[in-house]
Amino acid sequence: MDGIHDMGGMQGFGRVMPPHPGGPFAEPWEGEAFALGLLAIRASGTNLHAFRHAINRVPPAEYLSGYYDRWLMGAQNLLADSGVVSDDEVTARAARLSGQDAEEPPPPRPHKPEMTSGGPGNLRALDTPPAFAVGDAVRTRDLDPAGHTRLPRYVRRRTGTVTAILPAQVFPDSAAHFLGEDPQHVYAVEFASDELWGPGAEPFSLTIDLYEPYLEPAP
Amino acid sequence: MTAAQEHLDPALRVEALTSLLTERGLVDPATVENFIKTYEQSVGPMNGAKVVARAWTDPEYRARLLADGTTAIAELGYKGPQGEHIVVLENTPSLHNVVVCTLCSCYPWPVLGLPPSWYKDPAYRSRVVREPRQVLAEFGLDLEPGVQVRVFDSSSEVRYMVLPERPPGTDHLSEDELAALVTRDSMVGVATVSPP
Repeated sequence: MDGIHDMGGMQGFGRVMPPHPGGPFAEPWEGEAFALGLLAIRASGTNLHAFRHAINRVPPAEYLSGYYDRWLMGAQNLLADSGVVSDDEVTARAARLSGQDAEEPPPPRPHKPEMTSGGPGNLRALDTPPAFAVGDAVRTRDLDPAGHTRLPRYVRRRTGTVTAILPAQVFPDSAAHFLGEDPQHVYAVEFASDELWGPGAEPFSLTIDLYEPYLEPAP
Repeated sequence: MTAAQEHLDPALRVEALTSLLTERGLVDPATVENFIKTYEQSVGPMNGAKVVARAWTDPEYRARLLADGTTAIAELGYKGPQGEHIVVLENTPSLHNVVVCTLCSCYPWPVLGLPPSWYKDPAYRSRVVREPRQVLAEFGLDLEPGVQVRVFDSSSEVRYMVLPERPPGTDHLSEDELAALVTRDSMVGVATVSPP
């Protein structure tokens, strides 16, 4: 999906916040949110790809509210989708915890996908040979799926060169929707900066890992 | 968040979700504590720093690390979630590598821990694939025009880590002393390692 998460090349976000020392969690709730997200994957019978897609479905304004905010809302999406905890339950529980007198709805009926592939362990061995070789010129397909994808907008319909064949992996576009592992060959593909951003681009190269269904031979 | 999700203070959302999941036997507070402790104390850039220091002092290790990062890193005991296949990118006087994940915040946890906030923020994710030299300059890293810049966008389950250049004047230092010089930012590629 063309969501707010697909940020490569967007403009207007200003300067990068300078690095600051300190641990990974700015506040105690962030650490709890981190753990809860990982535990929600297990509790909802889903997988890492579905979790990423659940975060990507957080509406843009909420997505931008902060990393562990969206992480948490993504976890809640997973739990609601699997019928483990409903949004109404969370609202009511939050109200009660805030001292309000809210009636709690009955728990939903779980309907977990139970497709946990691609949690830990995404690498697969494939019998079919890779379609492309190192050095091949490839073009990214004009894909625009409504569901999950790991093909960012900024590299679509662009021509690059295969620089490495990486281990084959569970296909996120399928696993995020519980359609099976659908493992695919994966390639590191290098693009010149002017292919991505036009003749005035800064000189550099961009390398990105792309799953075979995203690619076709360069014309 | 779906349309049905209420806007909540995140600390309150955490509390509500934790209490519901704990009641259902789906979350054990001890497990939550354990996750937090692991990533606050045992898994962090001090692991990657040891990998870098070993590579600087042991040429054979360095060769193994660049050929098969995952296996060489596991030699030092570092593996686990988000480290299934780690590729190590070597920075040299003429080539500078820098890593991002534009779609989320993929990061090599076993060697670097959890990502810093700037790595997850829109500014870094949007800009470093479009104007990396400008972004690096904002980090205080001004690259000579002749230095080739390669940006890696971690979009699959492969994770990337940068092997920074060893700073000059460090020949007399031990492996442990070298590891103490290596910063998280240098292993993402937004900084170089400074001499002591």
